[in-house]
Amino acid sequence: MDWSNVALGIQTALTPTNLLFCFIGCVLGTAIGVLPGIGPTATIALLLPITFNFEPVSSIIMLAGIYYGAQYGGSTTAILLNLPGETSAAVTAIDGYQMARLGQAGKALATAAIGSFFAGTVATVVLAAFAPPLADAALKFGPSEYFSLVVLGLVASIALASGSMWKALAMIVLGLLLGMVGQDVETGLPRFAFGARELYGGLNFVSLAVGMFGVAEILRNLQTGIHRPSMVGEVKDLRLNRQDLRQIAGPIGRGTLLGSALGILPGGGHVLASFTAYSMEKRLSKHPERFGKGAIEGVAAPESANNAAAQTSFIPLLTLGLPAHPVMALLIGAFIIQGITPGPNVISDEPVLFWGLIASMWVGNLMLVLLNLPLIGVWVKLLSIPYRILFPAIIAFSTIGCYSLGLNTYHVFAIAFFAVLGYVLIRLGCEPAPLLLGFVLGPLLEENFRRAMTISKGDATVLLTRPISLTMLIIAALLLFAAVAPSIRKKREVVFAEDE
Amino acid sequence: MSRLSRDDLLAGGIFLAFGLAFALTSATYDIGSLLRMGPGYFPMVLGIILSAFGVAIILTAVLKAVRGHPATAGLDEGGIPWVRGALVLAAIMLFGFMVAPLGLVPALLVATFLAALAGHGTSPLGAAVISVGLTVLCIVIFVVILQLKLPLFPTGG
Repeated sequence: MDWSNVALGIQTALTPTNLLFCFIGCVLGTAIGVLPGIGPTATIALLLPITFNFEPVSSIIMLAGIYYGAQYGGSTTAILLNLPGETSAAVTAIDGYQMARLGQAGKALATAAIGSFFAGTVATVVLAAFAPPLADAALKFGPSEYFSLVVLGLVASIALASGSMWKALAMIVLGLLLGMVGQDVETGLPRFAFGARELYGGLNFVSLAVGMFGVAEILRNLQTGIHRPSMVGEVKDLRLNRQDLRQIAGPIGRGTLLGSALGILPGGGHVLASFTAYSMEKRLSKHPERFGKGAIEGVAAPESANNAAAQTSFIPLLTLGLPAHPVMALLIGAFIIQGITPGPNVISDEPVLFWGLIASMWVGNLMLVLLNLPLIGVWVKLLSIPYRILFPAIIAFSTIGCYSLGLNTYHVFAIAFFAVLGYVLIRLGCEPAPLLLGFVLGPLLEENFRRAMTISKGDATVLLTRPISLTMLIIAALLLFAAVAPSIRKKREVVFAEDE
Repeated sequence: MSRLSRDDLLAGGIFLAFGLAFALTSATYDIGSLLRMGPGYFPMVLGIILSAFGVAIILTAVLKAVRGHPATAGLDEGGIPWVRGALVLAAIMLFGFMVAPLGLVPALLVATFLAALAGHGTSPLGAAVISVGLTVLCIVIFVVILQLKLPLFPTGG
């Protein structure tokens, strides 16, 4: 690790402006993590157009803060209300909520905070240590390697997801195709624009994200209504005694390691991480029967794992320009809005951005601990904001935000289109995340394929004869096979069934 | 033979339709060859793949029904919120139509009013209150704090 870069990062993260943006991100993130009905994906999508007016470093720091802040907020409601604001917090709810019912809510919250903070710190170091060499390796990639890498990323993202494999694959391809709308990069010919000049620039990424993750979600909630469970007891005594600390040290350490490793995987790495950490602790425990009845290890392990994974999932984004999940796909959008192409060049071309972001993550984790524990009552109060006020506000923010991007009313109409499409597809059992990843990666996939074919003089076997490219395609094929194979498939269903 | 999953059939049908639409439209562009790919090549291939996935989803659903597996349920149960949904979509569309000619304030008032009306148990009066409140909030956030240069009222042009 180059220490001058670390110093540069700390310097960047500690400027008053960036501290403020980090703070705003953490506060917003915690808030939306607490609130059901709006997640980090929709929030970041809503804020993307606004970030256009800020410095690149500040805006990325803020958006990242929203993401990991939401993980903290999600576990708060998981523990206090058995209401995981985030999928990855679902595992925390199992034992955390039981602890709260036994009057140990304070202990559970403190454990979650300490675990998350420790994991966040370690994962930040992992990120700083592993990202630069990985980016160096990726710099040597040619178009065929890049094409295979994107294919691998797309396949891996669904191999870990839940639900029907065919549907997830179809969603990816539909996303890729929607990403082709607009002028062809090489010939300038407008494709699938049907004569509408407004579509020449392509479908708007923000409209798609806001429509599919924000408004479609509102439509679903209007159908069922949102139920607000009441809180169990009061939060008192956040202190942990020596025995508690001894009990959670191991789970936090193991959870952190596991989370750091799994976070790098594309797809729901952090969801998988918290579940795996939980079942590992249960297996290692001398008293597995305590799990599910308020075991403190059952909070410590998944919380550390999911926060570590949240942090390390930045690695594929910052080194390869490959998003591991929808939030990272949105950050790609944020980079592009700022005129930065995400990829292996980011670390060397934008050292201030890269190291500043990493340092800010650690600062942000510290802020979250300080913000969350003493102010827990304030966060829970947020739940009293009625949904019937919240969702019109989401609509207002989405429409203004999308319109402000180039004052193009097509972007506003596109929200409605994607909201309907998203709602219908979600209702039919198709998750929207793969579509978003496909949409973001579509142009990259096509460009690299065309370039690879030009270089190889139209010989498609080049993808199989270059060793790195071949390896990645083989891994992709294995993943796909593993996901479809009946025996593994069953196991996967069990994992996700328990997860829900 | 058990019941066919209507959700799977519909999903497959939608993917098949999108796939065919993209593939057929691509056919009107220059396809080219692997060496010199035209703008139609890549989307054409993807369109065909998407159609194939659509067919695969339909076939899987049929196979499942023939073998007597229970139909997979969608993520959501319950009726479609037609009226509430229409209000939300109308709010978005009307904002789009109104914002350029009339400015931010009228567009926001109408959009938030319609959206708020879609809420469970919100009366028209309640919706009007929410609408005024949110409009003020949005103006403060976007125009005062973030300094977006958006006209608030009809510019008279």
